[in-house]
Amino acid sequence: MAASPMWDWRLPETERMLEGGARVDKALGDKIPEFNKKKSGGGDGVGLSGASLGLGDHRTKFEILIIILVAVVIIGGSEFLLKWFGVPQYVLPTPSQIVTALFTEWKFIWPHLLVTLYELLVGFAIGASIGFVLAAVITQFPFVEKIVTPYILLLVTTPMLALVPLLILKLGFGSEPRIIAVALASGPMVMINSATGFRRVDLAKIALARSFGASTFQIFTKIRIPMAMPMIIVGLMVGSIFGLLTTVGAEMVGGAEGLGNRLTYYSALIRMPQFFAVILILAIIGISIYVLFYWIGKKWASWEA
Amino acid sequence: MMDATHMRKAAGASDKRSTKMLVERATKYYQTRTGSVHALDNVSLEVRDGEFLCILGPSGCGKSTLLWSMGGLHDLTDGEIRLGPEKITKPHPEIAMIFQDANLLPWRNLAANIALPFELKRKPVDQERIDALLKRVDLWGFESKFPRELSGGMQQRASIVRSLSVNPSLLLMDEPFGALDAFTRDEMNLLIQEIWMETGKTIVFVTHSISEAIFLADRVAVMSARPGRIARIFDIDIPRPRPVDIQTRPDFIERVLHIKASIDHGRKPHVGLAIT
Repeated sequence: MAASPMWDWRLPETERMLEGGARVDKALGDKIPEFNKKKSGGGDGVGLSGASLGLGDHRTKFEILIIILVAVVIIGGSEFLLKWFGVPQYVLPTPSQIVTALFTEWKFIWPHLLVTLYELLVGFAIGASIGFVLAAVITQFPFVEKIVTPYILLLVTTPMLALVPLLILKLGFGSEPRIIAVALASGPMVMINSATGFRRVDLAKIALARSFGASTFQIFTKIRIPMAMPMIIVGLMVGSIFGLLTTVGAEMVGGAEGLGNRLTYYSALIRMPQFFAVILILAIIGISIYVLFYWIGKKWASWEA
Repeated sequence: MMDATHMRKAAGASDKRSTKMLVERATKYYQTRTGSVHALDNVSLEVRDGEFLCILGPSGCGKSTLLWSMGGLHDLTDGEIRLGPEKITKPHPEIAMIFQDANLLPWRNLAANIALPFELKRKPVDQERIDALLKRVDLWGFESKFPRELSGGMQQRASIVRSLSVNPSLLLMDEPFGALDAFTRDEMNLLIQEIWMETGKTIVFVTHSISEAIFLADRVAVMSARPGRIARIFDIDIPRPRPVDIQTRPDFIERVLHIKASIDHGRKPHVGLAIT
């Protein structure tokens, strides 16, 4: 999912744009006006189209029928096969056992769900805000960008889970170390994608706004942000998924609450139906995140697809 | 509006009009990685009030640079550009630009695109004027459409409405119809001629098509390349309104050949490339 834009941090095309792309207002005075070139290199053409796993809205009744049918066959089939071969519950529980466990254990699980969602939301909100602001600022100053880039790459590539034990040592077993880990994991993802978006400068559009007397701030809000929006949304999507992974991972490493903690708890007791019920909840959270950003993308960045 | 048309007919193309904009010894160097590019060299040009001036030249001759400087989007290395008594150093509210490829914002529908100038100037949208303009260019009823849903001609008509909506007195057009097909282009040329006759705006129109320049202009300023200079200025005294089929008449073609010859004359002959 949108793997390429995450990593094409420095392509020749963007490199060229970087040169003076920051002071664009002033730089308009030093750019040869050329429009005919459709800018297609760099982080372009990414959009959400690449990230939409066939979440189309135009499904026919026949397609819906097939989709439901396949789901029934897979779930029913696994139920049947597991029973047929007499697979023990502690190896792999049947779907019906998992759903039953989800209902019977729900009163014990939901406080942990709230903890996980709280940590994810707070950590993501902090990380995404900082990442977005950083992206907006450093793309305005190519020199700063050159200095900051290696550290951002370091943050992106280092698994933030590795820091959790250290953070727990410093901050204790509360939510704080996990929130910090989530922020550290999601922030750079948001930043790196947003920065790719902000670098997609269309000189003609900026010139247009300038010709109507736009200020630098207006160019930022009316031209640059909307233009970067598809990539910003991809960044938010990738960042929040990374945040979810880190939340659960951090909870598994230490602490006494959260869905990650439940995973280690149930697996230690070999209560596999309950274990898979938690996995089911995590999957639903992940898919909800995806669908949420898919619809946000449809609403705010549909012009690109 | 009618008054303007009558005045224009009475005045004719050759009459002396007052100066709208004056370009004096404009010189521009671009700084690039590989060194500096000499884009404009001592360009002096007078734009007369209410005239239709075409700037004609091959690609890369600096005509867009000249136009961008006139619009206040560029700094000059030397020389100056004045609109009446005011020196142009930044975009001026009396000047509106129309760009190549319409340049509509793809994330805004037509209405929001046309409202952009008002938004940027923090002024209330002049809906009455916009509606009248939309009707004039046959875009009435398309306000909720997005640019990608419109044809190239419709997009460019929308961008004309956007520029005229703030009622500028000087329109700078940078090869606006270059990306359109020949038929749409003829249509747009007729439309812009009509709009010019109705509104009495001053228009500076950059193009690389000789026949387009002759069809539209009162005067054609021919530029030569590297560095960009004004080579010659031709008066076009064909009476208006000019129909599209005028372009096939012998005297029109003669004008085209005349200007073409003057451009070719300025070039160095290709040594050793004789075509027999």
